[in-house]
Amino acid sequence: MSIKIEKLSHIYAEGTAFEKKALDDVNLELPDGQFIGIIGHTGSGKSTLIQHLNGLLKGTSGTIYYNGEDIYQEGYDMRALRSNVGLVFQYPEHQLFEIDVFTDVCFGPKNQGLPQEEVEARAKEALAQVGISEEYYTKSPFELSGGQKRRVAIAGILAMHPKVLILDEPTAGLDPRGRDEILDQIAWLHETRKITVVLVSHSMEDVARYVERIIVMNKGKVLYDGAPRDVFQHYKELEKIGLAAPQVTYVVKALEAARWDIDTHATTVEEARDAILQALEKRI
Amino acid sequence: MGIIEAAKLVFEYKKYDDNGQVESTKRAVDGVDLNVQKGDFIAILGHNGSGKSTLAKHINAILVPTEGTIYVDGKDTKDEENLWDIRSTAGMVFQNPDNQIIGTVVEEDVGFGPENMGVPTEQIWERVEEGLRSVGMWEYRKSSPNKLSGGQKQRVAIAGVVAMHPKCIVLDEPTAMLDPTGRYEVIRAVRALNQVEDVTVILITHYMEEVIYADKVIVMDDGKVVMQGTPREIFSQVDTLKQYRLDVPQVTLLAHELRKAGLDLPEGILSRDELVEKLCQLKSKN
Repeated sequence: MSIKIEKLSHIYAEGTAFEKKALDDVNLELPDGQFIGIIGHTGSGKSTLIQHLNGLLKGTSGTIYYNGEDIYQEGYDMRALRSNVGLVFQYPEHQLFEIDVFTDVCFGPKNQGLPQEEVEARAKEALAQVGISEEYYTKSPFELSGGQKRRVAIAGILAMHPKVLILDEPTAGLDPRGRDEILDQIAWLHETRKITVVLVSHSMEDVARYVERIIVMNKGKVLYDGAPRDVFQHYKELEKIGLAAPQVTYVVKALEAARWDIDTHATTVEEARDAILQALEKRI
Repeated sequence: MGIIEAAKLVFEYKKYDDNGQVESTKRAVDGVDLNVQKGDFIAILGHNGSGKSTLAKHINAILVPTEGTIYVDGKDTKDEENLWDIRSTAGMVFQNPDNQIIGTVVEEDVGFGPENMGVPTEQIWERVEEGLRSVGMWEYRKSSPNKLSGGQKQRVAIAGVVAMHPKCIVLDEPTAMLDPTGRYEVIRAVRALNQVEDVTVILITHYMEEVIYADKVIVMDDGKVVMQGTPREIFSQVDTLKQYRLDVPQVTLLAHELRKAGLDLPEGILSRDELVEKLCQLKSKN
């Protein structure tokens, strides 16, 4: 079971003066249960790519298979695809519109045609999963803090029980604790519900800490695809395309340049700490 | 007198019911004293809802205090006659560059501010050039803003403020939506304005790495100023910062972890170079 992308290209405004190739022959397989990060500078095609995964955008050429079925074939059930592949946009709190928090989260499952009891049970479960307690159920979404609103918006998607959860910069504008809370909750969902998570982020540190696989997009193409420890070894190339490595990776690289005998694959604080301690011990 | 002087500043958001009666009040800023000298680079940290944006909006009189006073370049923001002077003294840059750009060509967008102030045409062009050069965007003057990257757009927004010749720029999370290069470009432009042009800078951010160049860091919580000091003083207090839902730069955290593991490193290491240098000293002592 997976999402398989084959030779996917997307051209915006084809045949006009504004023609732009946003995706250029992308081939990827996203197996079930992975925690994947997508990075790329503004305009690299990453947002365009994820909007194809639940059929919001249709490729100009190429195709996408969801669990082996071509989603572009005639009569394909797009509705079912959108229930299975949940997409949380940037600033999802801008899409909250219902009279109170609970009704807002009910909107998705209700639209899926589920019975009222099931709808409410799912809304409660989803709100609990993102750490929003019952006292907030009857509040207007506009009375909540930024981080709370964002969590309610994510609950709205979770209540639809997606098998794949795609988040486009879910932590932009949140304070450090709010950021950690949301990412920890997503990681917990990934662990316990075994859902596939695709995280689009501008924070190299966050990506390094949470994901098992990084896809680097540049000019509509996949530039690198691999584990964080390997992808961030290309930090010089990443800098050329508007990205970077986590800061701790630069520290171990600088130590190597200062002729330390050190493992330079560290991408998190813990890994860097261990690498440095180990390198110091070697000397003694 | 400092360029910004706030004394016992209080701001309350009031919620009204259908009959226009006050239903509830929320004190967003609670008794803040602030003294910023001309040419300072001040960073304000605080979690979402801590009151930092509300405080920032007082600096160019988008909001006026419920109680207490704030003087900007010696002028009381409560006095409506001062409004124009205050707004041309203190310019603001917000989070989303797309909401701040109105021109269809970069140079027109930058010229909008001075034109609105009634600056004579030939001087407007001088100011546009100066503004765009100060943020390194002069070569893009004929471009359409929607063809620019996020970091470039945000620098155009800053140029638009610079063209109004403010003495002070307030930036409210200017890098929250940008990729790493965009963040770097914007912070570099802001530092250049501060160091070369001597513009006073107030930077609000959630990226701890952007704060290490500030002269002073102010931490807000629940509408109050709870910590104040140099970046080194502030970031030496990892555990206190965590209580306020904040963090330290990743390099500082790494140094903190290494210290906990028994290495003889000082607290409050801020930059990569500093950490590498201290580690190399340690190693040669072994």
